[in-house]
Amino acid sequence: MAISLKEVRKIASLARLELTPEEEQRHAETISAVLDYMKVLNEVDTSRVEATEQVTGLTNIFREDEPVSGGNRNELIDEMPEVYAGELVVPGVFADEEEKI
Amino acid sequence: MNLNELTIKEAVEGLKNKKFSSVELTESCLKRIGQRNTEINAFISVNAEEALLDARTADILIGKKKAGTIAGIPFAVKDAICTVDLRSTGAAKILDNYIPPYEATVIRRLREAGGVVIGKNNCDAFGHGASNENSMYGAVRNPYDISKVAGGSSGGSAAAVSDNECIFSIAEDTGGSIRQPAAFCGVVGLRPSYGRNSRFGIMPMASSLDTVGPIAKSVEDIALLMEIMAGRDPKDATTVNEPVPLYSKEIEKNINGMKVGVPEEYFNVKGIDKEIIKATEKEIEKLRDLGCKIVPVSLPHTKYAIAAYYIIVPSEDSSNLARLDGVRYGERVKTKNLFDLYAKSRAIGFPEEVKRRILIGTYALSAGYYDAYYKKAQKVRTLIKNDFEEAFKKVDAIITPTTPSPAFGVGEMISDPLSMYLADAMVSPAAMAGVPALSVPAGMTKAGLPIGVQIIGARLNESAVLRIGYSLQK
Repeated sequence: MAISLKEVRKIASLARLELTPEEEQRHAETISAVLDYMKVLNEVDTSRVEATEQVTGLTNIFREDEPVSGGNRNELIDEMPEVYAGELVVPGVFADEEEKI
Repeated sequence: MNLNELTIKEAVEGLKNKKFSSVELTESCLKRIGQRNTEINAFISVNAEEALLDARTADILIGKKKAGTIAGIPFAVKDAICTVDLRSTGAAKILDNYIPPYEATVIRRLREAGGVVIGKNNCDAFGHGASNENSMYGAVRNPYDISKVAGGSSGGSAAAVSDNECIFSIAEDTGGSIRQPAAFCGVVGLRPSYGRNSRFGIMPMASSLDTVGPIAKSVEDIALLMEIMAGRDPKDATTVNEPVPLYSKEIEKNINGMKVGVPEEYFNVKGIDKEIIKATEKEIEKLRDLGCKIVPVSLPHTKYAIAAYYIIVPSEDSSNLARLDGVRYGERVKTKNLFDLYAKSRAIGFPEEVKRRILIGTYALSAGYYDAYYKKAQKVRTLIKNDFEEAFKKVDAIITPTTPSPAFGVGEMISDPLSMYLADAMVSPAAMAGVPALSVPAGMTKAGLPIGVQIIGARLNESAVLRIGYSLQK
């Protein structure tokens, strides 16, 4: 298999994604099949080829640095999952820290 | 003929001549949605009340002769496109209750031209899929045969237009998401050149490939919509500052003498359906009869497109989707620490395919693998782009089938993601090159499923693509 269960767990952790053991198994299998298929690219000699990052050919789009209204603050706050006194609430960054609010 | 079956052109004509009102037209679409949505599932949200109010306003403006180009025409919007004050889920539960505080630029332009937003179309979550089975709101069924998929990712958009539940729909195409479902559902869909239409307000998938375009019943309608949608937007720095042609006039030009390329690589794809080849050859003959010069061309790197595409897309996906973490908006699982908040909110908010893409992308971009995967894929992308540039030195447009097969069965490929990825074999190369491509209906299979042909043009030459499409549809 191109990718092990251990690697799946590692990338899931890097991607901040909790997986069930069944999901880990399924993803290891399907991702291995996909990565195997990608090997076809090794047939292509790209030693003298530049990478394409974008296709517009545009560079450095400038504009005047003028303040503009960023929209409705209240509407943005309305979309927040948890709010206290008009501010966004998040749990502590450090492991197992109890919520303050 | 029922009002909901009209094209934009016919409906605009009828509204202008007072044959019916926008309220009646909108009601006929809403009625159709009501009758069909349980079965077809093309809509996640229906905007009935607001749509009728907007239709009423349009009727007044039409009466005062102050109406825009598409005043009073009810249209739908793919749910991965933000509509202000109208729930936009992207077909993923993480945004189940998300109401955008702002509007996508293309939708704003269409509303300013008088368009009436009737609802939000189902799709593969965040555009991830080729069958519309990766929606957390259920699969979309093909109106021609409900045991078949509608295609994806914009399956709801194509099915809604095909089933006359709206007059047109606005969707996204990253690597085929407009063209493939348009082909499966027997309607017209355009992927514009990258940079032609603003993506501001579109939920991003793969930023170097994402485009937004229309799905409609006729090429004429597509031309009209592009006149409204296209053009530079200061809110999307990738939009080009090039004049937008009057596509409605462009399409009427004779195609006699145009050179149309036929790339053999698209006709010997493994497992391609014989009926599809036959239908495409018939359209090529039609072009010959209309005075086009048919020229064989070669796009030698076609067979590498899927492998490169499915490295670039998940890589950019994994980065773009990092914003969906349960912190500032969307669904949040309550936890004691921040890491779990991210990990658990994302676990319940994303379907399997979104998770798979995040994992593939995170892997491909991680230390030690970046050059072997992402960089390599970007280099192959250059070769694919060069193939098209070479071909367009010789021809004005290229014709190919849109898909290797007609619509496949619901559930047929869902457990085999690689096979599903390969369904994009003919639509992803043009996306990689950033060139425009149109799918137009080209008859039916013996079993009664629609077939589509694809017309690909040089960068920013939507005119050539639409001209040929228009001639084929006439």
